[in-house]
Amino acid sequence: MPGLVWFVTRRLAAALIVMLALSLAVYLIFYAIPADPAHLACGKPCTPDRLEQARHFMQLDQSTLQQYLNFLKGIVAGRTFGDGAAAVQCNAPCFGYSFPLARPVTTLIFDRLPVTASIALGAAVLWLVLGVSLGVIAALNRGRLADRLAIGVALLGVSTPSFLLGLLAILVFGFWLNMVPVSGYVPLTESPVDWAWHLITPWIVLAILSAASYIRLTRSQMLEELNLDYITTARAKGAGEARVVLTHGLRGVLVPVITLFGLDLGALLGGAILTEKVFSMQGLGDLLITAVGQLDVAVVVGVTLFSAFLIILANLVVDIVHGVLDPRVSHG
Amino acid sequence: MSSSVAGTVSPTRQAMRRFRRDRSARIGLVLVTLLIVIAAAAPLLVRLAGQDATTYHIDLLDPARGNAPRGPVGGASGTHWFGVEPLTGRDLFAITVLGLRTSLFIAVVVTLITTVVGTLAGISAAYFGGWYDAVLSRLLDFLFGFPQLVFMIALGIVVPARFPRWLLLILVLSLFGWAGLARLIRNQARSLVAREFVEAARSVGSSGWMVITRELLPNLIGPVLVVATLAIPGYIGAEAALSFLGVGVPPPTPSLGRSISDSIAWVYTGADPWFLLFPGTMLFFAVLGFTLLGDGVRDAFDVRLRRTS
Repeated sequence: MPGLVWFVTRRLAAALIVMLALSLAVYLIFYAIPADPAHLACGKPCTPDRLEQARHFMQLDQSTLQQYLNFLKGIVAGRTFGDGAAAVQCNAPCFGYSFPLARPVTTLIFDRLPVTASIALGAAVLWLVLGVSLGVIAALNRGRLADRLAIGVALLGVSTPSFLLGLLAILVFGFWLNMVPVSGYVPLTESPVDWAWHLITPWIVLAILSAASYIRLTRSQMLEELNLDYITTARAKGAGEARVVLTHGLRGVLVPVITLFGLDLGALLGGAILTEKVFSMQGLGDLLITAVGQLDVAVVVGVTLFSAFLIILANLVVDIVHGVLDPRVSHG
Repeated sequence: MSSSVAGTVSPTRQAMRRFRRDRSARIGLVLVTLLIVIAAAAPLLVRLAGQDATTYHIDLLDPARGNAPRGPVGGASGTHWFGVEPLTGRDLFAITVLGLRTSLFIAVVVTLITTVVGTLAGISAAYFGGWYDAVLSRLLDFLFGFPQLVFMIALGIVVPARFPRWLLLILVLSLFGWAGLARLIRNQARSLVAREFVEAARSVGSSGWMVITRELLPNLIGPVLVVATLAIPGYIGAEAALSFLGVGVPPPTPSLGRSISDSIAWVYTGADPWFLLFPGTMLFFAVLGFTLLGDGVRDAFDVRLRRTS
């Protein structure tokens, strides 16, 4: 498979270029911030002398380009702020240092990432399974009750904002029926059962909403696929209905579903951020919103770039899976 | 003048006919009309109810229950049709209809901006092609994969506090919104550019602008209309989401998203679920109405809008 190796290498290189361009753009945008972060750090009374000291310590006295290069270097090799006893060490991969929180941004992100990732990954698995299976069921029962129900669920899902459904779920299942916990996050390492139990409502809420477009896509794709000649051939050759649907029909459905999933990754992260607020979990979204309020540029830049990198990386994986699944995608 | 040729009905007329026969599209149209009337007449309705969105009514709250409204259904009465907000006692009807007004205003303005920009970018990319098309396509790819919500929250730090937030919201939503339409129109216009009538127009010396506005645009009205209608519910949801996260429309301007966010504490404890239900239902109907209408328009124009390309 030399074609495939070449294809993957090219995609990797392209992704790397996009990441670099993106990081420069984000850096330039956010360092145009009107407030001076050094001003907040220099304490009271803020004499010009101390302000200058703070600016030097935070490396804000360098040119923007120099700061950007230092930032890139920090990701690869780590960096040190100040010198002597007061020096602050930020180990690689260093996505900047938050002076208000006195922690490296990377540490802050990895503290919060499990919350957001748990919500996003669980919901994604659930919605792919739910979306594709309901879509197939709808297509097979075209025009019957199951089809109408699936289309109805899809319409409701498309029309309900995730935070609204989340709050309704809390109200009904958490408060009125008292079945599930309504807030808080329990780390997986602490108790896997409690982890899943606290996440079950967010997962279902996010999955139901996002599954909607997958139900619609799978249904229409499946209907189209089942009318193709090769399906008729398979049936004529005596293949069982289950085999026709699952191995032949589903195969044609998977490629567009994966493409759609690639496009939805950004939305998945956004959905997870909204959901964590609904269920009072402190994830990446909370970190970011607090940082915006505190004018903590390092965290804002770090979280923005980190999530963009995640999306680019995930897209890369989707692209490669796509290339492997669909022989029509040219590897050359 | 009677037409002797059978079936020479214009595509737009055919679409109108299909639309009228579609039941869920009609429901969508009724809902949307109703919503627009409510939003447009919101200040009038609020005055009709004899209320406003800012006056505190502390006397209507029950301090024994953490200042939740007195009485059932969130304190709803003849004077306060949707009851009052907990903690402040402001009129919830006023907040809800004025919030709807805010939502629809932002969504419609963003839709207008993105439709104009997206259509022009898409058509020009298809017509001129070359490096311009290549650069634009890369830019679209980039905008598609971007974690938009994260960026929208983050932008709050760069924009000075005195810059009006509603304008920022419109600009940010537009910045990311035009990409989808631009790509769709580009792909549709590319197949048109190769057709004979465009070639004919070019050969008689029509300028690029003439070809785009006279030949290409009329043939793309259907897809543009469909995407624009289907985009509105997305923007309503996005505005609400940002306000929900506290980075959208700031107080005291009423916003459905912010009210829903404020209601979280009252939902957790079950003290006043009505604070969620009134603004929440309004938001739901706003998104549902435009989605039904958009689906109807899509089916009527028979546009294939597969997000896969």
